[in-house]
Amino acid sequence: MSPLHEEPLERRAIISGIGQSAIGRRLGRSELELTIEASLAAIADAGLTRDDIDGLSTYPGMGTGTAGFAGPTTPEVQDAMGLSLNWHDGGGEGAGQMRAVIAASLAVAAGLARHVLVYRTVTEGSAQGTGGRQGIGGSGGGGRGIPRMGGFLQWSLPYGAVSAANWIAMVGQRRVHEFGLTSEQLGQIAVNGRRNAALNPNAIYSDPLSLDDYLASRVISSPLRLFDCDAPCDGATAVIVSHRDVAGDLDHPAVQINAVGTALRGRPSWDQFDDMTTMAARDAGASMWERTELVPADVDTAQLYDGFSVLTIVWLEALGFCGRGESGPFIEGGANIARDGLLPLNTAGGQLSGGRLHGFGLIHEACVQLRGEGGERQVVRPGGRVPEVAAVANGGGPIAGSMLLTRGVR
Amino acid sequence: MLANGPSFRLLPRLDDDNTFFWTSGEDGVLRILRCNNCQFYIHPPGPICPQCLSRDVAPQSVSGRGRVETFTINYQEWIPGSEPYAIVWVSLDEQPSVRLTANLIDVEPDDIVIGMEVEVAFEHNDDVYLPVFRPTTDGGDR
Repeated sequence: MSPLHEEPLERRAIISGIGQSAIGRRLGRSELELTIEASLAAIADAGLTRDDIDGLSTYPGMGTGTAGFAGPTTPEVQDAMGLSLNWHDGGGEGAGQMRAVIAASLAVAAGLARHVLVYRTVTEGSAQGTGGRQGIGGSGGGGRGIPRMGGFLQWSLPYGAVSAANWIAMVGQRRVHEFGLTSEQLGQIAVNGRRNAALNPNAIYSDPLSLDDYLASRVISSPLRLFDCDAPCDGATAVIVSHRDVAGDLDHPAVQINAVGTALRGRPSWDQFDDMTTMAARDAGASMWERTELVPADVDTAQLYDGFSVLTIVWLEALGFCGRGESGPFIEGGANIARDGLLPLNTAGGQLSGGRLHGFGLIHEACVQLRGEGGERQVVRPGGRVPEVAAVANGGGPIAGSMLLTRGVR
Repeated sequence: MLANGPSFRLLPRLDDDNTFFWTSGEDGVLRILRCNNCQFYIHPPGPICPQCLSRDVAPQSVSGRGRVETFTINYQEWIPGSEPYAIVWVSLDEQPSVRLTANLIDVEPDDIVIGMEVEVAFEHNDDVYLPVFRPTTDGGDR
């Protein structure tokens, strides 16, 4: 039961349009060009023109992270597209990558903007070249002449814990210890993603992947194998966040933001968070359900962050689709999370096979499914129903955000 | 083969808050910032106690003993030339909510289990004494 006395403000916002650029391992195109391609597609999809856009938002924004990670800044996109803005925002701190969508929904609810273009662009595939995935801080050594590490990275990088793969492996191993998670169970996240990616023409990897293939793949950082790690790629995703007043003007169903999950009640830290098996997803999920009358059983499809497979099973529990520690048995065999299962999961292949669009690919796919535009991969619920409620989650470790989206305005 | 650390160490940048921690091992003793008002151990170190908001905080010697809360064996060569190494989160005996990310050294990877008792050692590198851990040698009767 919601503790709120009035309707959550995010419900005044809808996602009126969606768009994606070309997506590929290495496209060799600029991040600005990809962003504009996705943005123009989203504007057209919403039935709008460039002149209707009066808000702009992105994650993470200026100069953040390793090469190819941040995408273009909002000033670059504003200038390139000739936008005249009433509200603009970019930042890497907040409720996961979707913080840019959440901020846009609140700006629309507050009357600061009418139609916000929200984008997330990555060119990590091109930036990393053919040399394979890199750790944070590069591959350099110690001693004199090598840059020293400050901030939170100083506590992990000296020990060779240089990738999120290492940090999330710690969560995975703790789950092996506390809940008896097996490789056969965990592998279903990758196998499910690949099965769905085969029906997504934009997916990075669509060759069949069996559980045996998964189990035979090399270990990156135990218990994580190669196929537990997402696929760096190039691509941009854009959505238009509008006031719900315009829902009737669309030539497709509006997607309403029913509730957002933004809490971070534990410590904002990879290694100091109280519950090593869940971390911030626990808090984001709890706060989302506090803002809605909907319950987990109402959800028709879940698009849950799979930068690493362990994060997906954390989200399954954090959002209440199964009990604490029960995600392993829940996904075992894969039937429950298949497109015709209890909870169709990551139906475009997620990031593991669809490409590391960093949270926004999952938001895009939730909208596709709610609008009934999934084509061959469209989820059809018992009784021939198109999905009416979708859950989306972004982030891992101390970074987490979630959203409930509905087909049509409620 | 015994696990140690990566082939190269990226080192912390020393500042007013962290220098005591990263140089503490010079005399073989691990120190953690502690609140003199409420005795809460504060890690990572900062200018104020997050429990009682007292500014009366100071480094305190600790036993250097703790337990492995979770671990991973890293195989990917993010750092060229590295053999597989063990990364652990160790909770300290004095206050188990304080965890240190570190390497577990002098250990067969297959012998690492969550809950095992460990003790601190230091790896001297430039002006830094990196705390690492190894399995307890005295039977860990405590």
